[in-house]
Amino acid sequence: MTTAVSVDTQVLRDLLATMWRIRAFEERVGALKRADEVHGLIHLSIGGEGVAAAVCRQLRDDDAVYSGHRAHGHAVAKGAPLGRAMAELMGRGGGLCQGMGGSMHLVDVAHGFLGATGVVGGNIPLALGSALAARQQGSDAVAVVFFGDGAVQAGLFTESVNLATLWRLPVLLVCENNGFAEFTPRSAHTTVERVSDVVAPYPLPRQTVDGNEVADVWTAFSGLLARARRGEGPALLECLTHRLRGHYEGDPDRYREAVSAEDRQRKDPILRLQRAGHEAGWLTGSESFESDARAEVEEAVTWARSSPFPSSVPEELR
Amino acid sequence: MTRELTYATAISTTIAQAMRADPDVFVLGEDVSAGGPFTTTAGLVEEFGAGRVIDTPISEAAICGVAVGAAQSGLRPVLEIMYVDFITLALDQLVNQAAKAHFMSGGQLTVPMVLRTQGGAGQRAAAQHSQSLEAWLTHVPGLTVVMPSGAADAAGLLASAIASPGPVVVVENKVLYFRREPVPDPVQPVPLGKAAIRRPGRDVTVVALSRMVGEALAAAEDLAAEGIEVEVIDPRTLVPLDLETIVESVRRTNRLVVAHEAVLHGGFGAEVAAAVQHAAFDDLDAPVERVGAPFQPIPLSPPLEDAYLPGAAEIRSAVLATLGRR
Repeated sequence: MTTAVSVDTQVLRDLLATMWRIRAFEERVGALKRADEVHGLIHLSIGGEGVAAAVCRQLRDDDAVYSGHRAHGHAVAKGAPLGRAMAELMGRGGGLCQGMGGSMHLVDVAHGFLGATGVVGGNIPLALGSALAARQQGSDAVAVVFFGDGAVQAGLFTESVNLATLWRLPVLLVCENNGFAEFTPRSAHTTVERVSDVVAPYPLPRQTVDGNEVADVWTAFSGLLARARRGEGPALLECLTHRLRGHYEGDPDRYREAVSAEDRQRKDPILRLQRAGHEAGWLTGSESFESDARAEVEEAVTWARSSPFPSSVPEELR
Repeated sequence: MTRELTYATAISTTIAQAMRADPDVFVLGEDVSAGGPFTTTAGLVEEFGAGRVIDTPISEAAICGVAVGAAQSGLRPVLEIMYVDFITLALDQLVNQAAKAHFMSGGQLTVPMVLRTQGGAGQRAAAQHSQSLEAWLTHVPGLTVVMPSGAADAAGLLASAIASPGPVVVVENKVLYFRREPVPDPVQPVPLGKAAIRRPGRDVTVVALSRMVGEALAAAEDLAAEGIEVEVIDPRTLVPLDLETIVESVRRTNRLVVAHEAVLHGGFGAEVAAAVQHAAFDDLDAPVERVGAPFQPIPLSPPLEDAYLPGAAEIRSAVLATLGRR
């Protein structure tokens, strides 16, 4: 059952385009990783694009977004230019971070993407700091941090929820609960199934939604965002997603059952939104979201390949 | 103009001066509105209010992360971690986030935060409230590490730390907090990365950190009566280290002692010794001597702690050793 009809079709079209941009980008990243053109530990969010799109497309450039190690989608949805993002993953000098960071350390300050981190849960308190700064500076900007369910068992998560609620910070905690922390199912790490239940004692709105249903994520986040902008404090949004790929590129993924083709059809947020669009009539089948996205990604790859490797660490970074 | 201040009051005075000058400067930490256990933030909440002097729960990891994020978003946090022993809880945020953000982002992010903390033994505080852990911090590229040895530098180095574009860790010393000395009024920044020659001398160079500067001066006074002139250098900033001043001194004295309160094993003295022998091997007339604590946790029992703690006597022995008079 879909609730897509409750969200404006222009918004849904934009979300579909954003999801395709992320999907096309990440599929290309996976291929380039196998070809040894993209370097480092690569964690793809394929299957989770709906959350990135529905959250980030409601934000402004002056809203700070933080992410974890599976961050490409969040960066792209927040507005990171694909060519410079791809160049960064390739370690090129024209990369967003001049080739110093790579996949797990993507940053694009111009669009308010303050960054990925390779330490699970490590960025959660940083988002609180950005939220505190926004409030101190008299702005209605918010901070958003994406993290996986694996981060919730770290002490830093509870410390941060406590602080965010104590100080009523304009911060939105967005958990992508894909049921797996690296190679291990959530049930082996905790007895609490729902992340929204973990924060139950704290005074903040908490919602769990189907993260594959992009319109649901949009609607839920929209309400929480409006509250935070009004200065009414933090919120937690738990999005149940599915990691359609392994933990990292190259992961043999032997610890869980393969996703069946039927299951994939059912869970894939892009296919779901397209089905909904056809049913509702705002998609006709003649659209070119996918081909446009793939063409844009090819341009990004060409641009990235033309960017030289850095010859040395830039003077100002030493 | 100067005024006599304690090391602790020099710190609160400097923070207040910075907060008056820049609305982005704010303080956060445990018990900071109450002044903290050593009064280093006393009086601030009265002048600046709870919005800029923020008490935190005992959540070192999260509050360090809050400081990093606030700094990345344009504020200038002055974070207090009450004891350096508790910096262990904040190290992920300090080492993996604060120290690397500017580099990893290709210069897009800056983290103008100060982490103030204090270490040192001598107060019968036992093994978890007395350590000197500065060597760990100096091992992480991206952190500036400062150890003031007196009130004037506690003020001047902190002023520079608050103005610095990158993360600075200021490791104060609990035994020094209530010692007085003249401090410039208003506080003048002391440049980071510049050593001070505390006493000139021709025979042996002693590089001493924090509390050990006073101990080195006491040893120097004692040795002067025997005709041995010791030059005492206070690096003040460990990273970046003013190696030039140290090497220039060693080229004149041809002998070097490095003294700190931290355990010798893996201590910062090893770094200084290695750097000096590399830069001035031909100028050295004796092996570099190091003074530090034994490689064991700090005992509670007063006679044992007193025996554990290195001081003027150990520095004196080390100086004599470089002169072949052990």
